[in-house]
Amino acid sequence: MSVFAFLIGALSLAAAIGVVVSAKPVHSALFLMANFATLAILYVLLDAQFLAAAQVIIYAGGIVILILFVIMLIGHDPADHSQQGLTRPAVASLVLGLILLASLVLQLTGQLELGTGGGIASGGSPAAVGTELFTRFLLPFEFVAILLLVALIGALIMGRRESGEPVEEPTG
Amino acid sequence: MPTVDVMPKLLIYLIQAVVLSLVVITGFAYLTWLERKLIARFQVRIGPNRAGPYGLLQPAADAVKAMFKEEYIPGHVDKFVYVLAPMLALAPALIVWAVIPIAKGVPAMGDVNIGFLWILAITGVESFGVILAGWSSNNNYSLLGALRSAAQMISYEIPLGLFLVSIAMLGGTFSLVELVETPRAPWEWIWIWLAFPFFFTSILAETNRSPFDLPETENELVAGFFTEYGGMKFSMFMMAEYINMITTSTVVATLFFGGWQGPLADRYIWLGPVYLFIKVLALLFLFIWIRASISRPRFDQLMRFNWKFMIPAGLVYLTVSAVITVFLK
Repeated sequence: MSVFAFLIGALSLAAAIGVVVSAKPVHSALFLMANFATLAILYVLLDAQFLAAAQVIIYAGGIVILILFVIMLIGHDPADHSQQGLTRPAVASLVLGLILLASLVLQLTGQLELGTGGGIASGGSPAAVGTELFTRFLLPFEFVAILLLVALIGALIMGRRESGEPVEEPTG
Repeated sequence: MPTVDVMPKLLIYLIQAVVLSLVVITGFAYLTWLERKLIARFQVRIGPNRAGPYGLLQPAADAVKAMFKEEYIPGHVDKFVYVLAPMLALAPALIVWAVIPIAKGVPAMGDVNIGFLWILAITGVESFGVILAGWSSNNNYSLLGALRSAAQMISYEIPLGLFLVSIAMLGGTFSLVELVETPRAPWEWIWIWLAFPFFFTSILAETNRSPFDLPETENELVAGFFTEYGGMKFSMFMMAEYINMITTSTVVATLFFGGWQGPLADRYIWLGPVYLFIKVLALLFLFIWIRASISRPRFDQLMRFNWKFMIPAGLVYLTVSAVITVFLK
């Protein structure tokens, strides 16, 4: 299994690099989808089937489609941003990325033993995940539900027209 | 795990997958024939009748024609995505088959404990082909078709998911193999059949079938997202659409009508696929019947119907199903 896992891991990494270096946003989105798909395969290898399915449903099927939708609505940006050098957002994301990388490395160096599949190897089936969510993690689960509801209502309010604003006629 | 054990197993899976794909693709070929024949009958015409008896060789003739067409790639397209899109459209339609049980205890590829989630995941990825085809074609009609398709598929996935979750909840399992084999009380069947019209409507929208074929409306968008496609790549979009019809019909037959179940199917295992085939055929007839009978709505009507009727109905159904599962089962 480990050879296969390394192969998929390498693919995943390649896709992740592809996301960053692609010049066109749609290509980046495609690489992102490839990255999510390979991550899902890694989850299956770790016996976390539920996580794998959720990964594909939410990220590959939901988020990437939404990204593509937005890219197409905004349209093609003819300007080439690759030669701009270090802009402020670029520096900020670089710093945040390095912090994330450092904390992940610090977290994982102690317990990195390949092939064991970590401590949750037996708990990846939908039944196991559901049982955990509704017993041990019930309170956080409910909080997340409320958080999502608040986000939903927030999006609704932000998307609503002010009462004075002219109503756009639907076209097409 | 030693590699010696893995290789034969992989080989068996490979053979299974190839056989399954061939069966489904043959199904596609004859579905086009069936649709042309049936639509012709609905319109008091005869339909294809030149190639072979009853036009039965028509699909073969069409395949040969598509294969020998020049593989032309227009100059203004994004080549990589343009070539990738038909494949991304076709692959999910075939992949869903892996978890569908075709006879007693026999799944098409493997019995996984995430069967339902698998269907949801793959239907979520299905819209990629259409969206990318529309974008990469660099053509306004294609892009409009793709945008419509993205909006339509994302929207109708919600009721689809709500009804799927309700049925999984009532069945008490995520595995399709177990779902078909679990006996159900008559009142439960009736409750499940209540969801059938809603589910089927969502599926019509998900598969971009008439009357919801707005991504490819020929009278406003030329041909929609595949305007710039020809030859085999165009055929792959057709294959994706028809195989999606077959796949979703099989899923519906499995969820709502007991899949391979039928008289004596427990005893004689070969009867399972026969019953499944008959059920799928009936559902495919329904697809074609609807295409011949109902005209296309406007796009805003389609979206309003979903958000103001289908999704609330799905939420109500989900809630009632949850109550039933807790108190009556």
